[in-house]
Amino acid sequence: MNNEFVIRMEGITKEFGSLKANNNVNLNIRKGEVHAILGENGAGKSTLMNILSGIYTPDHGSIKVNEEEVAFHSPQDSIGAGIGMIYQHFKLISAMKAWQNIIAGPSGSLMLDKKSCKRKINEICEETGLSLNLDAYVSDMGVGQKQTLEMLKVLYRGAEILILDEPTTVLTPQETDRLFSIIRKMRDSGKTAIIITHKLYEVMEISDRVTIMRKGEVITTLNTKETTQKEIAEIMVGKSMIMEFPRLKIPRGDVVMKVKDLRLEDLVSMRKLNGVSFELHHGEILGVAGVSGSGQKQLCQALTGLQKIDSGSVSVDGDEIAGLTAYDIFNKGVAQLNFVPEDRLGMGLIASMSLVDNVMLRDYQNGDSIFIDSKRAYKRTEELVEALDVMHPGIDKPISVLSGGNLQKILIGREIMSEPNILIASYPVRGLDLGVTHKVVELLNEQKQRGAGVLLIAEDLDLMLEVCDRIMVMYCGKISGIVDPETITKNDLGVLMTSIDEECPNG
Amino acid sequence: MDLNWFVCFLGAAVVAGTPLVLATLGELITEKSGSLNLGVEGMMYMGAIIGFTTGLQTGSPFFAFIGAALAGILGAMIFGFVTITLRANQIVTGLTLTMFGTGFAGFIGTPIIGERAPQKIIDTFVKVKLPLLGDIPVIGEIFFNQDYLVYLTYILIILVGFYLYKSRYGLNGTIVGENPKAADSLGISVIGYRYLHLAMGGALCGLAGGYLSLIYVPSWQDSMIAGRGWIAVALVIFSKWNPYRAYIGALFFGGLNIVGFRLQQFDLPVSTYLLDALPYLMTVIVLVFDSMRSKSRSHAPAGLGTPYFREER
Amino acid sequence: MARIVPLENCSMAKKVRIRVFAILMAFTLSGFLLLFLGHNPFEVYASMLDGGLGSSYRVKETLIRTIPFALTALGIGLSFRMKFWNIGGEGQIMMGACSATFIGLNFQQLPSFILLPLMAIAGMIGGGLWALIPAFLKVRYRTNETILTLMLNYVALKWITYLQYVLWRDHEAFGYPKIPNLVKNAQLPKIFGLHIGVLLVPILVIGIYLFITYTKKGYEIRVIGENEATARYAGMPTSKIILGTLFVSGGICGVVGMIQVAGVNMTLSIDVSNGVGYTAIIIAWLAQLNAIAILVVSFLFAVMVEGGSYIQTVFQIPQAAASLLQGLILFFVLGSEFFIKYRVIRDRKTRIVTEGEV
Repeated sequence: MNNEFVIRMEGITKEFGSLKANNNVNLNIRKGEVHAILGENGAGKSTLMNILSGIYTPDHGSIKVNEEEVAFHSPQDSIGAGIGMIYQHFKLISAMKAWQNIIAGPSGSLMLDKKSCKRKINEICEETGLSLNLDAYVSDMGVGQKQTLEMLKVLYRGAEILILDEPTTVLTPQETDRLFSIIRKMRDSGKTAIIITHKLYEVMEISDRVTIMRKGEVITTLNTKETTQKEIAEIMVGKSMIMEFPRLKIPRGDVVMKVKDLRLEDLVSMRKLNGVSFELHHGEILGVAGVSGSGQKQLCQALTGLQKIDSGSVSVDGDEIAGLTAYDIFNKGVAQLNFVPEDRLGMGLIASMSLVDNVMLRDYQNGDSIFIDSKRAYKRTEELVEALDVMHPGIDKPISVLSGGNLQKILIGREIMSEPNILIASYPVRGLDLGVTHKVVELLNEQKQRGAGVLLIAEDLDLMLEVCDRIMVMYCGKISGIVDPETITKNDLGVLMTSIDEECPNG
Repeated sequence: MDLNWFVCFLGAAVVAGTPLVLATLGELITEKSGSLNLGVEGMMYMGAIIGFTTGLQTGSPFFAFIGAALAGILGAMIFGFVTITLRANQIVTGLTLTMFGTGFAGFIGTPIIGERAPQKIIDTFVKVKLPLLGDIPVIGEIFFNQDYLVYLTYILIILVGFYLYKSRYGLNGTIVGENPKAADSLGISVIGYRYLHLAMGGALCGLAGGYLSLIYVPSWQDSMIAGRGWIAVALVIFSKWNPYRAYIGALFFGGLNIVGFRLQQFDLPVSTYLLDALPYLMTVIVLVFDSMRSKSRSHAPAGLGTPYFREER
Repeated sequence: MARIVPLENCSMAKKVRIRVFAILMAFTLSGFLLLFLGHNPFEVYASMLDGGLGSSYRVKETLIRTIPFALTALGIGLSFRMKFWNIGGEGQIMMGACSATFIGLNFQQLPSFILLPLMAIAGMIGGGLWALIPAFLKVRYRTNETILTLMLNYVALKWITYLQYVLWRDHEAFGYPKIPNLVKNAQLPKIFGLHIGVLLVPILVIGIYLFITYTKKGYEIRVIGENEATARYAGMPTSKIILGTLFVSGGICGVVGMIQVAGVNMTLSIDVSNGVGYTAIIIAWLAQLNAIAILVVSFLFAVMVEGGSYIQTVFQIPQAAASLLQGLILFFVLGSEFFIKYRVIRDRKTRIVTEGEV
């Protein structure tokens, strides 16, 4: 490592409406280092990197690459300066082959030269230790392969500086190890890597220096070797206390939901459930872990009647619900089955409608009148907003103006208002900051205390190990194990997430 | 119905299919980059009237068709400006373009209803038998004894296929239509390619309109396009966004377009007024069959109809 | 460098200002077109107004034209709310007119107070079923409804042509291809000099407004339109609602067909809808699907169309000028939405903020 700066960002400010995503940020990156950018969700890491990769234009501030001032108006400018970004949400064309994804771009010959493209990629692969079948369709690839493809894409364009945005979120612990060894190899060959993350142990493991951000500002930059996990954690959260998520220890009750040999084939996403069986008890939180695309979504949809099952049974308090429509399942007074969807504004909330209209989605049917009881709807909305401390500009305003955390509060608040027997929560804390995450976990615990059975689908293994009473691991549309979080290690979980030795394309 | 009648019928189907091929190719290119322009009918009307009036003014076949193409491009650029730059809803804007184009043609064309295309243009586009290819039995008579614009269409199909599947620009444009975010991150100009594809598509739709008014009819008539633009939109779906399949579909519908007229001599038990409904009814049937078949996987560009704004969070 | 950022709150007054400005721009642009053709645009516009509102007779004609515009826009507006792009108003009007005429021609001995409601019901069923075809195919097979409804317009047109020229042709009309006129019993009675169908306008405007805003079904329609996944998640029977709404949507168009046959033309012909189905799309969109705004826009459009046919006789400007102008207006209003939703920031150092206006 030397002391040359390949990137200097000075006084960067970027606003979205009234939100200051970056406020007077300074960042220096040395040549040949692995530099971690650490911060909670919403700290402004991604915005900063999107500025560096030319997606956003900053309101103020300057960027220097190799001590030369640059102005990025588009990603092309940034690519031209040797910066390559590997996005958290892959930017790949599923309907195309790997090599087509790599070769595309504004510069190069008029005709596509597949041969020389492949030759060049093979050279890169040898140099870095990456490997990939270039003729495979993206739609047939797993997450790990897609990430490899993203890296090859930027390296093919001659990137010297790689930005990896939360690269390990979707990976198993084993895949993460492999990725880190490749990053080290690239560093040794002179490339620079910037890793955006909110996971502390990753910072300690891979980085040379770490920059910590909070609420849109850079707090400090430290040499990783000279600091401790505890110290950076304190800087990141801004208080000297690190919040923990307590497991609520209460005896669990009877079985509330019994799922037996559930099978279905999702024609749209080509994913399956291959015989899923488990039991959910009153008063417990059952976690569902697994690489994304292992059938979690299909499971949720099958249980809530959003997707038809091929065979198997689902019973709630002894009554069979499989085969009923979403409408019937919801109306089965015995078991209210609620489902906090993964994509908040995609499914569950209606962006352009008001808070009131959104809150009444679950109980607008109340009463025999053909008219909506709007007095009741207003009252309930006010109660919810009050109880969960939702920040809002007015309950008549479209819900889309709310921040992610407040949206999630409304969504969960609405679902638990009906006091369900079973609460299915998929990815309820994704993208939320620590404070709101804490609130959400508290709400889930309250439901458990009340006697509801909670099915918690999430990707954050640390959180699940702390909160859940049992963890069920899904792989390839099956359950590869149900484990006790008190005794299992994260590594063993990782093994379960990938271990069944059979062909399983997922991604 | 002997072979001779049949060859003659198919030859006429090729001619009737030509405007459909052009319009379908145009909409196909447009949709490949992610714009769902439902204004095909409108652009065809604009091409038809401008091509026709330019022909009347100049008497030149070349300028007439240049005019037709430019009119189509104008329509496409209005669509592009409103949907890409000003970010309006693509479906409504496309419908508006259709209404605008129809009104535009009526506005300019009403005084010249019934007027014939200049003789010079009609003479230029008589059927010309190609050497060698035209001598192939049956096939030669059907495909290679046609006017120049039919031959130009053959070339255009190959060019479009070549552009989309073999060239860098075509690949980039396709990526814009599949995933504009990905395209942007690669440094591919989403806005640039969408405008480019719209312009190419508009030119082809304009040519299609010009072919109808200058060669196919060839005089100015009210409601000349008669839903062909919409059939072209349906043909793009039917073709699974493949230019070669689009040609086959267009030929089929070209045949349907003339079948009522051609069967008149046979004293059928069905009224020709009802046979005239065939192309539209067939479009419905084809679309329904297509959607029944491809329930699981769609060949449509994944980003079709979705606007892209880089800084939107 | 200019950048575009979303504008969070746009006041009502500003929205109106922007839209009015857009409409003025459309008039200005078509004014240049008129100038180019050698007319004085002010004179043309003035006589357009004169043609639409210049005398009590003209006002009456304009009002008669407002009726089908408003009713059809209300009808297809219902399907637009669900993002079901029903552009088949034209065909639904024709099929409604067709089935109403069938009753009118075959049961003419019935007294008026039985015959007319029967015809209206037949019209509703005719238009409703015609709309139900694409609705069913969309719900069942996800077939593209835009193309489907449009193709069905042409099929309906060819069907009416067949009726007019062959099947129902009046053989006493001296070779002129027309369908016999409806008898007195089958004609709508008059009220204030207009046919009685005019009463349907305020009833539907208020009814649909109340229905969409305050009823549970109306809420369901709004939710489905904004986010179908969420509607399913909430357990709404989305397919049933889509089918039901489309039947009503097409049914209203069908009633328009009945009204045109029994109240205006007194016979069925291929001109029965005369582009109303398409104009209504523009009206519904310009009115942002708001029932009361639809009434206002329909009236303005009726003035434009009546005025359009007037200037045809005065200036020999083709009547299509009116539809050209309508298209332009919609383009400008569509484009102007940009200035309601976004603002443009120029030059990132000095940050001059330009407010809405073009």
